[in-house]
Amino acid sequence: METDLLVSLLARGVTPVDRHVVARRLGWALLAAALGATLLVVSFYGIRPDIGTVSATPIFWAKVALPVALAAGALAVTIRLARPGARVGLAWAGIGIPIAAVWLAGLIAVLLAPEGARVALVIGETWRSCPFNIAFLSIPGFVASFAAVRGLAPTNLRLAGAATGLLAGATATIAYCLHCPEMSAAFWALWYVLGMLVPTVAGALLGPKWLHW
Amino acid sequence: MQSVETRLRALLIDAMAGDALAYQTFLSELTRHLRGFLRRRIPQLSDDVEDLVQEILLAVHNGRHTYRADEPLTAWVHAIARYKLMDFFRARARRESLHDPIDDYIDIFAVCDDEPASARRDLGKLLQQLPDKQRLPIQHVKLEGLSVAETAQLTGLSESAVKVGVHRGLKALAAKLRAIA
Repeated sequence: METDLLVSLLARGVTPVDRHVVARRLGWALLAAALGATLLVVSFYGIRPDIGTVSATPIFWAKVALPVALAAGALAVTIRLARPGARVGLAWAGIGIPIAAVWLAGLIAVLLAPEGARVALVIGETWRSCPFNIAFLSIPGFVASFAAVRGLAPTNLRLAGAATGLLAGATATIAYCLHCPEMSAAFWALWYVLGMLVPTVAGALLGPKWLHW
Repeated sequence: MQSVETRLRALLIDAMAGDALAYQTFLSELTRHLRGFLRRRIPQLSDDVEDLVQEILLAVHNGRHTYRADEPLTAWVHAIARYKLMDFFRARARRESLHDPIDDYIDIFAVCDDEPASARRDLGKLLQQLPDKQRLPIQHVKLEGLSVAETAQLTGLSESAVKVGVHRGLKALAAKLRAIA
């Protein structure tokens, strides 16, 4: 086929483009990620019994704020990486700042604690399962977000895959807060971040294959 | 150069609102620029230029919903062209060609080339390999110029199935191009 013919073929009968398609696709993926992770938390881990009282404390919301901020940052980065030629620029800060903040808070908590209590602050009671739980919860969001980003036009597939994985991981972590009993910033700084790193790395590895278009 | 960006961007914005004539003009001009760009970029692979032009055109078409009017068109087109070019190099395992820096996208609209070479891969033949529910909508709507309603009547598909068929078919066509690169 001559290129001229291809041009006519593409142009003929062309329909208006939905300008909100990027937002809509990622919106649905985010919804699937949140619902999927919540469903998995409820069916496999159970909601923590003291959720009623603990959800009235600022520290609980400080904990939820970490994955919420990271999800927002990852979303901003993913949106940019999913469109050709868009610069990520300042949006990287949306990922960097929450991580820096939780590390700082964790460090301060450890330094302020009496020497004997420091290790307990970092490893808590559930450090063995926490990263795996978060990785498990991120599976539905991982699949949904990859499907959404694949329908856009990412050109740096490894980076786009990593951002998409982080988006799924952060969303899963929000749901995990319904179950997780750990209330130390030092614990979140290490194990939550590690848990979210699993889908992020998986995304970086799978991106070049799954996001190819 | 600035005026090429401005003109092409205006055309694409009209095209995205559904103006087929603007889109035709946009794609034709883009074709000339892509051809000029690629001929200069990969002179050693001149036989592949027309294939790449077609592949990039399809990619631009299939990805046009990701263009935002407030962003420079040059950067958007360049990112797609670069992505397809890298893909092409990878597929051909001609890694040495990657030493050619293709980062300076300022010049993507710098050269025009009106003379098409013949493409090696025949899109028409690839089109014939698509399943009927994609092939027939593309055949009728895109090649014969029938309306969606007429095509629906002719093929027995619903109108939305015709639209989806065109959309998916063009994506499948891009994937086929990639597979035989």
